Amino acid sequence: MSQPDPLLEFLLRMGDNTLVLGHRVSEWCGKGPVLEEDIALANTALDLIGQTQMWLGLAGDIEGKGRSADDLAMLRDAWEFRCTLLVEQPNGDFGQTMMRQYLFDQWHLLQLRALKDSSHDQIAAIAAKAEKEVTYHHERSADLVIRLGDGTEESRPKMQAALDLLYPYVGEFFEGDATDKTLAEAGIAPDPASLRGAFDAALSTTMDEATLTLPDSRFTHKGGKTGTRHSEHLGHLLTQMQWLQRAYPGATW
Amino acid sequence: MTDKREWPLWEIFIRGQHGASHRHVGSLHAPDAEMAILNARDVYTRRKEGVSIWAVPANAIAASSPSKKGPMYDPAEDKAYRHPTFFDIPKDVGPM
Repeated sequence: MSQPDPLLEFLLRMGDNTLVLGHRVSEWCGKGPVLEEDIALANTALDLIGQTQMWLGLAGDIEGKGRSADDLAMLRDAWEFRCTLLVEQPNGDFGQTMMRQYLFDQWHLLQLRALKDSSHDQIAAIAAKAEKEVTYHHERSADLVIRLGDGTEESRPKMQAALDLLYPYVGEFFEGDATDKTLAEAGIAPDPASLRGAFDAALSTTMDEATLTLPDSRFTHKGGKTGTRHSEHLGHLLTQMQWLQRAYPGATW
Repeated sequence: MTDKREWPLWEIFIRGQHGASHRHVGSLHAPDAEMAILNARDVYTRRKEGVSIWAVPANAIAASSPSKKGPMYDPAEDKAYRHPTFFDIPKDVGPM
């Protein structure tokens, strides 16, 4: 098997994160706890899907086999996906969804800020556009994590349970491999590990305000970003997300 | 006391562009002013409707009573001379 093109691999990682999380968040549509949150979640999902079109669109161009963003989103199978394990985790309750969102947003914001200085012009341009949206996502998710954590007798234990459940998926964002090394050397993307310090500082500030306790263990699940070991949840998600294109290939409206 | 699980109602005003005035666009529920602004952003500015948001607690708005409609507004009905339409405005003035 030939080595994957590092740039293509990187774009799939960016696009698959936003695609899979966007789909997950869209699962709340019509089921939000209140009307206002329902709309806010749908807006977030749409932002993420919009960013996916840019990342996967560029991925298709780089690949040069005529595959569009839609083809990449709808016609790949689980092992070809490069999203982190965190974003494919189920929604759980609203608090769990917001905790997952905050953990992702905090990394996403730092990543996009670094990518704005990418030596690759198109990547820098996509990052600049996405950063505005993600700044708002982050403001909202951090705010809700703090409110629900420093909340009621009912909400606080739920948020602590969500943090305990999801924190072991955080480390994967900062794991680097040969792809990351190549891109960092070319000035295209930051070394993943270089973002950890800023992430940890922001995370501990937010969790202090939320009166939540970070788990001691730095153990992290991994295998999503490299595609070697996705959780079983991804297959179920794709079954629903890709159903229409699988059942009616090429269907448009 | 009101039930804490029910969020208070806020009236939302949005300014469409710089220089224009804020206009009432609707209402929403939120636990406090900060969340009211965020919710308003998500509910009412999805299509680039505005550049500024005001959120006002609905119970802070004093409203005229519909039952007093007659005495309040009817007397103005036959006083056409109150409209400033009886003056010839020189063209040089432009739109007023």
